[in-house]
Amino acid sequence: MEKILVIGSGPIVIGQAAEFDYAGTQACRSLREEGYSVVLVNSNPATIMTDEETADRIYIEPLTPEFCERVIERERPWGLLATLGGQTGLNLASQLADLGVLERYGVKLLGTPLEAIRKAEDRELFRSLMREIREPVPESWIVESEAELEALLDTAPYPCIIRPAYTLGGTGGGVARDRDELWETGRKGLKLSMRSQLMVERSLLGWKEVEYEVMRDSKGNCITVCNMENLDPMGVHTGDSIVVAPSQTLSDIEYHMLRTASLKIIQSLGIEGGCNVQLAVNPKSFDYYVIEVNPRVSRSSALASKATGYPIARVAAKIAVGKTLDEIENAVTKTTKACFEPALDYVVVKIPRWPFDKFRTGDRRLSTQMKATGEVMAIARSFEEAMMKAVRGLEVASKDLTHPDTSLSDEALEDRLRHPTDERLWHLAEALRRGWTVKRVNEVSRVDPWFIEKLLGLVEVESRLVGLRTEPSAAREVFREALDSGFDLSTVARLSGLAPEEALDSASVRLEPSYKMVDTCAGEFESDTPYYYATREVEDDAAVPQNPISVL
Amino acid sequence: MEAWLALSDGTVYPGRSLGAQGTSVGESVFTTGMTGYQEVLTDPSFAGQLVAFTYPLIGNYGVNDDDFESDRVQPSGIIVKEACDTPSNWRSRRTLAEFLRDRGVVAIQGVDTRALVKRIRSGGVLMGAVSTVGPDQALRASREAARYDDTDFVGQVTTRRPYAWGRQGREEIDAPASPMPVRMAVVDCGLKHNILRRFAALGVRSIVLPSTVTADEVKDWRPDGVLFSPGPGDPARLGGVVATARELLGWRPVFGICLGNQILCQAVGGRTFKLKFGHRGGNHPVKDLLDGSVTITSQNHGYAVDPESLTGKDAEVTQVNVNDGTVEGIRLKGAEAMGVQYHPEAAPGPWDSRKYFAAFVEQMTAAR
Repeated sequence: MEKILVIGSGPIVIGQAAEFDYAGTQACRSLREEGYSVVLVNSNPATIMTDEETADRIYIEPLTPEFCERVIERERPWGLLATLGGQTGLNLASQLADLGVLERYGVKLLGTPLEAIRKAEDRELFRSLMREIREPVPESWIVESEAELEALLDTAPYPCIIRPAYTLGGTGGGVARDRDELWETGRKGLKLSMRSQLMVERSLLGWKEVEYEVMRDSKGNCITVCNMENLDPMGVHTGDSIVVAPSQTLSDIEYHMLRTASLKIIQSLGIEGGCNVQLAVNPKSFDYYVIEVNPRVSRSSALASKATGYPIARVAAKIAVGKTLDEIENAVTKTTKACFEPALDYVVVKIPRWPFDKFRTGDRRLSTQMKATGEVMAIARSFEEAMMKAVRGLEVASKDLTHPDTSLSDEALEDRLRHPTDERLWHLAEALRRGWTVKRVNEVSRVDPWFIEKLLGLVEVESRLVGLRTEPSAAREVFREALDSGFDLSTVARLSGLAPEEALDSASVRLEPSYKMVDTCAGEFESDTPYYYATREVEDDAAVPQNPISVL
Repeated sequence: MEAWLALSDGTVYPGRSLGAQGTSVGESVFTTGMTGYQEVLTDPSFAGQLVAFTYPLIGNYGVNDDDFESDRVQPSGIIVKEACDTPSNWRSRRTLAEFLRDRGVVAIQGVDTRALVKRIRSGGVLMGAVSTVGPDQALRASREAARYDDTDFVGQVTTRRPYAWGRQGREEIDAPASPMPVRMAVVDCGLKHNILRRFAALGVRSIVLPSTVTADEVKDWRPDGVLFSPGPGDPARLGGVVATARELLGWRPVFGICLGNQILCQAVGGRTFKLKFGHRGGNHPVKDLLDGSVTITSQNHGYAVDPESLTGKDAEVTQVNVNDGTVEGIRLKGAEAMGVQYHPEAAPGPWDSRKYFAAFVEQMTAAR
């Protein structure tokens, strides 16, 4: 039985959402399904992937070239899979290759070739490749020393974005509004970058941010797993953004223009596995820019997997050992192949979870450096319901869009909308509650009007619920509307001061949710999966057991 | 305002009216594309059908002035979970509901479309009706409706008189032709404009002809190649077009898209059959048997070519569907002719198979 060494995720730090543990665990299982013996190295024992049943042999060792070499020497694996451990795994694999360790022990690097990873991650190589294939990238400058940084201070377009190369979650990056900020943040970024390299680029603040999760196999077959639209416009790190899948405001031409660009990029890089492409889209034209490519399984792909039911890491692992997309089974339907694009018949909302309740003195403003430590994802048949479910899932002080602190002045509120913090969702709602128009909120926040209109709808339901305190006769109608918009019974009761269970007899309104299946194919094919979501609908996909199961 | 969707098997789904008032009947089908409702609404291949969208939020980016695939709304009605009244997109000119009302299209929202899809998936497509009058009227209409397969939809959607399509879009047939290197005859069985736009971008002036055109009339236009377009209805009804195709095979390069592919197959003696619920959406994987590659395609068909019927005939199956193995592409022997069952023109759907248009242009150029 051939052995494969998998590099694990290492420590889970701020800027990650445990996605590499999720991906690594899926990958180990997937490789064992293919008949390989899996050896796992990870420095972090507090992960799922280091559970006994995940791999055949597990080493809890520091993720350094020295320790890894010793594991390789002892285990003599046939292949090394590094594209599932995030940046840590990639950096380690590239060090092992540079040191000649892989060659010495005849270890084959599986998945995306290192060369492709370099092309995607080295800003200059990437930009020249994009120019070659005629994909637009924003005007930018590479800085590799303080002297170069200084020379740029007078010519850079402000505001501009600073992105250090080879760092996790955009550490050390930020927006510079003037030369002082560029100097400060730029110097910090140079220190933090593994190769002391950073990129300064034209700011696309206010443009829409859209992502595509794409896959490619060794034969060059390409698919899109899903696309996602950030509620927060460019300027907020996608890990700190509220993200919706699929995109909501792109027409078919725009959707496929960006999809085609993403596939062209993954094809030209020669990725073998999963890849994430981030694009900035002008809200007023067909213009777009390619912002960044993550040539590996990432936080976004973990989200995309859960949002679509398509197991990206599992499929990426099989691609890494040479299988093609049309040979891999769709594990959800079990009747179709992994070579297809999931069709969603629901809406997915992701909201990041920030640790500011624990780090009370932290700067809560969101920028290009990710500050979230986790995220929640909710699925429903409407945007409103998915949003409200996600808000409840956050387990923060507010269980809905009302905020305990409404004392902000209008000026302070406007500032918060302009420079978003982790509480931006509540600030958007508060502005609408104060009667600001959708247009004004959009101009200040740059959030697409589509999302603001939806939030306005929720704020209006909220106000009708509160209105029941003085005029309870409309309770039936308003309760039904509130439940359909994703308000839960306790919020309905709290806002209205009434008990909805009493006002709504179960004959007229169904109080319990329906359960629908996440089946990757919008119901087109019969599927065999235990993945369901609760939503306000008519019919259940899940068969309700006749005898309720008791849990002791 | 209330509305009802009734299926001929007796199922009634209550909902709310979304477009015009009245009752409308059609074959109930579903499409899984998450974008592209404007293109679907104007795609002639949906004539005579009630189209349910599996994606629950339809109308998010409004209706614009550009993305029309024909001059009118083609499905008899649409079924959605939720229509957006506050669309957001820089090209949006009106809401979906406004558009449907303007065009007099009966539509329904608030339907558990996933429940509907599961019914169609297990029982196959069936006749249905959307009505704002009442549930009984809807049910009766769905049962009294003429069978989809018995209706001549191609005759309803084809162009009445010839026209041309050049660099600037649609033009009179006898307009001084823009200087374009290639001339293609299109037999219009229910054409989507994006076919013409894509070919125009490749330097091809299209001469669009009614489906009743004869082979001699096609030849009189002196085209460099002939395209048989997609279209609605049962391909087995199209004896006349099939005869035209048979005469043109071998004369100039020929290309068939969707219904056009089925016409080519029948021209060499093949047969078609009706699929249980068709392929409609933009995520169908197709394998090219010649090079082993797989492409994600845009599809909209309710019938497929029976591969058995091509045995011993002058046709070779070159592409198959990865999901269900149905025929997705053919090549004819002894004639420069190929057909694809899916839509390289996209609109809506992925752009991955545009290469076939370029290949056909090359063939036409070489044949001059």
